[in-house]
Formats: sequence, structure tokens, C-alpha cells
Amino acid sequence: MEQLKTIGRELAMGSQGGFGQSKEFLDLVKSIGEARSKAEEDRIVLSEIDILKRKLLEPDVPKRKMKEYIIRLVYIEMLGHDASFGYIHAVKMTHDDNLLLKRTGYLAVTLFLNEDHDLIILIVNTIQKDLRSDNYLVVCAALNAICRLINEETIPAVLPQVVELLNHQKEAVRKKAIMALHRFHRKSPSSVSHLISNFRKRLCDNDPGVMGATLCPLFDLISEDVTSYKDLVSSFVSILKQVTERRLPKSYDYHQMPAPFIQIKLLKIMALLGSGDKNASEIMSMVLGDLFRKCDSSTNIGNAILYECIRCISCILPNPKLLEAAADAISKFLKSDSHNLKYMGIDGLGRLIKISPDIAEQHQLAVIDCLEDPDDTLKRKTFELLYKMTKSSNVEVIVDRMIDYMISINDNHYKTEIASRCVELAEQFAPSNQWFIQTMNKVFEHAGDLVNIKVAHNLMRLIAEGFGEDDDDADSKLRLSAVESYLQLISEPKLPSLFLQVISWVLGEYGTADGKYSASYISGKLCDVADAYSSDETVKGYAVSALMKIYAFEIASGRKVDVLPECQSLIEELLASHSTDLQQRAYELQALLALDARAVETIIPLDASCEDIEVDKELSFLNGYIQQAIESGAQPYISERERLGMFETTDYHPQDHHEVPSHTLRFEAYELPKPSVPPQASTELVPVPEPYYSESHQPISTSLVSERESSEIKLRLDGVKQKWGRPSYQSTTAASSTTQQAANGTTSHSDGGVGSSSSKPRSSYEPKKPEIDPEKQRLAASLFGGSSSSRTDKKSSGGHKPTKGTVNKPATVPKENPTPVQPPPDLLDLGEPTATTVSAMDPFKELEGLMDSSSQDGGSNDVMGLYSDAAPVTTTTSVDSLLSELSDSSKGNSRTYQSQTSKGPNTKEALEKDALVRQMGVNPTSQNPTLFKDLLG
Amino acid sequence: MIKAVMMMNTQGKPRLAKFYNYMPVEKQQELIRGVFSVLCSRPENVSNFLEIDSLFGPDSRLVYKHYATLYFVLVFDGSENELAMLDLIQVPVETLDKCFSNVCELDIVFNYSKMHAVLDEIVFGGQVLETSSAEVMKAVEEISKLEAASNSISLVPKSVSGWRGR
Repeated sequence: MEQLKTIGRELAMGSQGGFGQSKEFLDLVKSIGEARSKAEEDRIVLSEIDILKRKLLEPDVPKRKMKEYIIRLVYIEMLGHDASFGYIHAVKMTHDDNLLLKRTGYLAVTLFLNEDHDLIILIVNTIQKDLRSDNYLVVCAALNAICRLINEETIPAVLPQVVELLNHQKEAVRKKAIMALHRFHRKSPSSVSHLISNFRKRLCDNDPGVMGATLCPLFDLISEDVTSYKDLVSSFVSILKQVTERRLPKSYDYHQMPAPFIQIKLLKIMALLGSGDKNASEIMSMVLGDLFRKCDSSTNIGNAILYECIRCISCILPNPKLLEAAADAISKFLKSDSHNLKYMGIDGLGRLIKISPDIAEQHQLAVIDCLEDPDDTLKRKTFELLYKMTKSSNVEVIVDRMIDYMISINDNHYKTEIASRCVELAEQFAPSNQWFIQTMNKVFEHAGDLVNIKVAHNLMRLIAEGFGEDDDDADSKLRLSAVESYLQLISEPKLPSLFLQVISWVLGEYGTADGKYSASYISGKLCDVADAYSSDETVKGYAVSALMKIYAFEIASGRKVDVLPECQSLIEELLASHSTDLQQRAYELQALLALDARAVETIIPLDASCEDIEVDKELSFLNGYIQQAIESGAQPYISERERLGMFETTDYHPQDHHEVPSHTLRFEAYELPKPSVPPQASTELVPVPEPYYSESHQPISTSLVSERESSEIKLRLDGVKQKWGRPSYQSTTAASSTTQQAANGTTSHSDGGVGSSSSKPRSSYEPKKPEIDPEKQRLAASLFGGSSSSRTDKKSSGGHKPTKGTVNKPATVPKENPTPVQPPPDLLDLGEPTATTVSAMDPFKELEGLMDSSSQDGGSNDVMGLYSDAAPVTTTTSVDSLLSELSDSSKGNSRTYQSQTSKGPNTKEALEKDALVRQMGVNPTSQNPTLFKDLLG
Repeated sequence: MIKAVMMMNTQGKPRLAKFYNYMPVEKQQELIRGVFSVLCSRPENVSNFLEIDSLFGPDSRLVYKHYATLYFVLVFDGSENELAMLDLIQVPVETLDKCFSNVCELDIVFNYSKMHAVLDEIVFGGQVLETSSAEVMKAVEEISKLEAASNSISLVPKSVSGWRGR
């Protein structure tokens, strides 16, 4: 059919004249049009490219032919093929004297080239010449080209001519010159900053078209800097007035509307100028009122102006009369059958609702209609409106709707957006924790990979912390419901990774907490997860940690632990895993299973995720040991800085232990030697009496150093081993020997710091029973009911997000809800103050706790997901295990520690040290005479 | 500002594409395909507006109109009014209708450069320049006159114009 039509058209072509194309072009277009497949089309185009390449190279191509070829090139490029071989011919064509060829040349180069293309340099000169041409069509063509082809560097070359053209006698040229200047302004504001006054001047141009064109740059300028254009308010208003009074020539009418595009631009400018300005708003109100009366709402363009008026009114200082008129216009829009108008109506409603929240109530049914409309655009706009009018009384309905919609769409971009909105609303307005958890579950289930990882951490924290300390019963109910819902969900086929992490964590922490589910049931589920998502290491890590917790709780409570066979095989598999992180966790789990109840209880106390882990940075518990060592003749410890300052040896610099070229020049001045340093401490690192600790500013590294030289050096060697890919069994087993202590640290590692901060997202919101009713009326009631109560609700709690941790906790206290509506007893947490006082007691301490745990994680919580896989485990391990070792030891459990450190210096260490020194480059100091001798020969 | 003007047929073949900020050819194709895949999944009798941040970056809207076998698409940012843009589509269409009494897809295909000329009169550097189809016609006709003049000068063989005259 189309072929027939094509032929018919082709025959009928003749009469149209102008812009004629040759038969070859028509054939090309036709054959492409008839191509059955993309491959066929490509074949045709490729052969066409061959033909063109050949023909363009022929000598003495007639100009007319050349023009034809160029058009064909443009066409080919539009179809997505590279036509760069012909660019130069298009450039040449711009040099032609014949206007038509010149125009074609300009057309082609504006479509082909970008402003930074090399060939532009060949065109600039032609443009300069053409701008001076007598023929205004040539000038127009050149101005057209300028818009696309001139970049920051070439602007000065054409700027004088363009400025001259602002006074050209032809209005078409003036118009285009202004647009070109506007374009320059967009590209490089500085290059035309001295010419901005020209825009103001041209606003008074005799020709309305030129004036209208000036509004475009003025709009940009005003949106950048409102204050310096306030003087123009009255001019704009009077222009608008004249336009609406039909003072412009008839030719500016469009569908019987006088110059509608000029009106729209003016209204946009007025919205900018009038916002927050009482005087300006008053001047405008007259003309705006007139517009409402005069606007013809039967045409599209009339409605466009009406909408623009509504927008303007929502921006300027509110005026009751105008608001009323705007509300009327909106209701007309919403009642219309046209989806376009409904869309505008919803948009307008969203703008006005900020000023007068009541307005939505009148239109509730229309809004619900839009929500249920099959039109996606309209639906999304309506969700945007709902998002703006959400408050604690209607959040459940709105978020439920949003989630339903989110599930139904495939567009990931919008899914992400709506998921993040759901999360935001839920966090701000959730009526109860239970609801919050259920909502988050849904969001995670359906858009888990699209939401921010922080959201998952918040959810885990909420479950961990529950409501506050006064209501343990409710907390455990909440957890039980979370566990139950997760056990249901866990067998779903494809869950997002992030959600699985949350599930694993919660099951590990609370799966067996109230005795409803047996350990073997939960651990079976966790093994299933690890099995089913075997390619996801993060999930596996979470699952293994959860298993560890489950078994720990079992052991601690004195029950006998039967490790399931699948769990055993999982552990074995992971012991040989390529991921050092997983390996580490598996070894820890294995070691934990062999311990007795008392030890396990110390390592993983029950439900301790919220407890702050205190790290004794001073290592004061070592004092006795150190004292003992010093008394028996050991050298006191010298802090690293002091060592460096005194001896400028870089050997022991922990940060750059990889390749510090110790022979390089030092450019910075030598540090002054600290007086407290005993001069004889040169060759050995030795424990030091306590006072030095307080001076050290690198708690971790120095504490490592201080603990024992041996352990420090060993650590570094571990790192080296890892780096060069030697099997790291030795080091990991070494690590697992300290598992007893490390376990606790690693637990909180896997938890991603969930427990460390103690804020609760929800405090005291008026709980409302969800009423999802098929009936629209009811839905409307739940959406809009009592919308007059307080819009400021949202704003006041804007900063009140659970992410903010300790900060917002005190802030929630004054927000005790004034109208508690029959709260379900188990969800209410008005007893908040107790919790508040607890946390408010020492916010710094909590902050410290946060920081501790994050540094302990070997990466902050947020990047944990990335980090735990990537970080070489030996370093994390060492920090982890050591730190936890320390913290555990501080609880009086220093027995193992001592046994470990009692290995003491031995030959093996000396060798290792040698190896290290070699590795770092030779440093002929007195530190290692043996090595020095070796090198000397 | 208007970011792009596109015309494509209902099979997704581009008929005309003009981007007011430079885009490499591959990107242009990607955008055209992206727009088409969105458009062809739209049911009938729905609004003509779309928010397409996913393709053109934040705050991008799209207005389209469906003519027989053609989609006419305008992409623009928040500084334009959707309804007005919808009417702006009408301008080139009216103009073309006057140019080739009763315009259809094939006119657009065969008069590729004329299409660009018409469009350049209406949208200039991403801003609306002219909305009266009569004015646009005048400008385009002036160019056509030149064409006719140059044709007579260059003494095109009768055979070609003869073929076209059929």
C-alpha cells in the first residue's frame, strides 16, 4: 500500500517546485522507505555512501549536483550513518556566492558539526563576510549558523557584526540578531556581559516581533538575577496590557489570541519578578485579573495562557481574589475531558496547594479520577500532587497507592524515583513502626536494587531499636512480626540483594529470639539464601554472619548445637572461597562453634546490636604488663612521630609501607626533637609507659605499634602476602586463632553499624487506621480528609529523618502530637521521653560510638557493601580483631591476649623484619646491621 | 528552551531530527529510538505530554502529536509551557499544509531541505521565533523564488524539469 502511495506521490511531486531533488534522491528515499528490515536499510545506505564517496571525489562536480549530494549526506546522517567524509564539501559550499547553495551549505554544517569541530575555523571567515552582506537572506542564514557553530573562542570574531545587526532595518534580522546574542549569553555569559543593556533597549523596538524575541534573553537574565530588573516590572505589565487589548497588528494573532507566545513569556517573567515582592505583585494583579476574564478557554492556546496565569499567581504574593480566579480555572481544567487540560489542572493544583491547602478538597474526586486514569503521564503528575499533599493522616493511603503503581511499571528511572519518594514519605509520616516495616518490605521487594543502601540500614536500625526502652513487649512483637514476614518472603524466587541483606540480618539477630522458630529452621533458611544467591558475596556474607549469631545464641543459652549438613557444607565451601571476606567469616564461624558457652556469650551477647562498642584507645589495661616489661629492662615506647622527627627513618611509617623510597630527598624542615624522648631509643620498637599514649594522634596505628613490635610487623607482612597473591592461609588461621575476640567485632561489621546509633525514625505521629476502600468517596476522604489540619506538618518534620541519628531525637519531643486519636496500644510510643533522656544524656558519647563502629568496620557504613568485598581482608581483619580484642580484653578478658603476645621476639620475627626492610627498599641505618653488611658485600 | 524537534513515522523511522544542542550521531539515534519506544506504547486518547528525564536529563518534557502516519515531537525544558508547545507543533504543520496542499508523510520525506527551512523560521536556536504560519510561508516562499531564479540561470536540462513536471 505504501509503495503505491509512494509512487503516486512521486508522480505528483512536480507541481510543488522549489527545493527540488533529483531522481536519485527520490529513489534513495523510496528504497529506504520500502526496506523490509533494518539490515536491508543499512545495506542500501552503505551502498549509497559508496556512491557518494565516489561522486564527491569526481572533478568538476556541477554545483547543483553538489547541493544534491550534500542533502543526501544529511539524510544519511539522520538515519544514523557516518557522513563525515563529506563534511568538507558542505563547508566548501558555505563559501559559494549563490544564496541557495550557501543556505544548503549552512544547513548541512549546522547539522553535521559541533562548535568545537576542526572545520569550524574554515567557516568563521565566511560567516563574518555574510553578516555584512546586503542581502538580508544571506545575513539570516549566517545568523542561523552562528547559533550552532560559534563557541566561546570564536564569539569575539563575530560579535561586533552581530551587535551592528541589532539595528538592521529588517525586523527579521534584528530578531535573529537578538536570538544570536542570547545564544552567546548562554554559551559564555562573560563574553557578552557588556552588551546586556542592548536587550533592554530592544525591548522598546518598534516591531513587536523583535520585542517578543527580547523576552527570551531577558527571561534568562532575570532568572539569574531578579533584583536588577525590578524596574522593568511596570514595563512588562504595560506590554502585557497592550497585548491583551489587541494593540498589536493582526498578524501576531494566533488562533484569535493576540500574540500568545509573547503573553506566556511575559507571564513567566512576571512570576519571577513578583515572587516575594509586594509592590510588583500589586502592579501585576490588575492585569492578571483582566487576563482571567478575557482568556478564551475554548482553545488550546487560551488555556496555555490561563495555566501560565495560575503559575504566575502561585509565585507572586497571594491575592485572595486572584487565587479564587485561579481555583476556578483549575476546576475548569479538571472537569474538562481533555487529558492535556487535566494534566495542567493537576499541575496547577500542585502549585496552588502550597498557598491554600484547602483547595484540593473541592477537587478530590477529580484527582482520584486522574489517579485511576490509564494515562501514565497524568497518573505520574497526580502522584506528584499527592506527594506534595501527604501528611500523617493520609500517608498510608498515598504510599500504598504509590507502591501499587511502582509494582506495575517497568520504567526503572521512574521506579527509582517513586521508590525514593515512598521511602521519604514513610520515614517522615509513618503512623507506626509496624507499618513502616511493612512498607519498607514492599519497597525493597519490588525495587530493592534501586533504593539507597542507607534505607536498608535505617530499616535494620529501626527493627533493632524498636520503640524505646519502656516497652520491651512491643519491641519483641515488632521483631517477631518482622521475622515472620521475612520468613514468608524469603522463599520468593528473586529478591533484590539489598533486601536479602536486611532479611539475613534480622533473622540472625532476632530469628530465634522469642523461641517461636527453632535455630535449625532459621539456619536452614539462611543456608538456602546463601545457596540460592551464591553469586552475591555480600548476601552470603550477611547470611554467614547471621548463622554465626544464631549458633552463638544457641550455644550461649546452653543448648546443644547441631550444625545442619547443608550449613556444614556451606562453611566448608566458604573456607576455600576466593573472597577473603567470606573466608574470614567462615573461619570465625568455625572457631566459634568450638567454644564453650561462656566465651561465646562474651563474644556475641544476645541482642546487643544497639549497644555501643567501647574501645579503650588508651589501652590502659596494658599498663600493668608494660610496667612489668619496663621493670625487667625493656625500652619505653616512642611514638611514631617522635621517632620520625628524631631519626627521619621512614621504615616504620605504617601508611606508606609499600614503597617508601627512603633515599629520596625530604623537602620539609626537620621536626624539632621532642625533649621527652630518651636518646638511646634508636634501634628497637618497644613498649612504652602509658603517658605517651595520650600524645599519640593515631590511635589505631600507634596502638598496634605499641602493643608489640612483633604484631605490627607481622601485620604488615600479611598485607604484603596478600598483595602478591600468596596463599593467605597462614594469616587467616592466625586470625582465626583470635576469633574468640574478633567475632564480636565482625558481627557489628556485618551489621553495617545498624545498632550503633540510637535514633528512631518514628516518634509520635497520630496513628490512623487505614481505610482502603474501593469506593472513591472513601478514598477521597482518606486522602483529603482533614487536609486543612496542618500543612506545616510536613515542613516542621522535614529535618526529622531517621538518618540523622542522635540529632533529631530531642527535636521530636516537642512534637508530641496534640491530637492523639485512639492509638492502638501496641504501636504507640508516646512514652518517648524516657528514651530521649537516655540518648540525650550524652550525645557525644553516642557519636563516638558511631565513629568507633564505623572505623571498626574497615569502611564506613555506607560504603560497606562495596568495601567488604574489595578490602583486603587481612587489613580489616587485623584492625577488627585487634580492636575487638582490645575492647573485649577491657572487659577483663585479657587472658588470651597475654598468651598471644607472650610469643615474644624470636628468630622468625627477625627474618620477617629483614624481609620487610628489603621490601621497602634498603635503608642503611643502624637499625639492621646484618642487612647492611649483607648489602655491602 | 526547545531541545529538539523530531518527526518520525509510526514505524520509528526518523523523518526529520533537529537538536538544538550538539549531539553526536549515535546519541541522536539513541534518543530517537528512546522517544519512539515511549511513544508507541502510549494508548490513544491520552494526554500529549510526557516527562522524559530518563532520556534528556532532568526537567525535560516532551510534547507529541500523532498525525496519520507521523509523530511530531518537541522536547523542551521547564521554561516552556506544555500547552503552548502543543500548539507550536501546529505551526509547521499548518505551514506545510499550505506548502503542499494536504501534507502527508511523503512530502516531508521528499522535501527534506524545505522542512528544515520551515523549521528554522519557526524555532531559532531553541527559542520560538515565529508562530504565524503566514509569515513563515512568506519567508519560505522568498527562498523558493530564489530557487526558481537560480534554476533558470543554471539552465537545467529540460529533461529533469520535464520529469518533475509530469
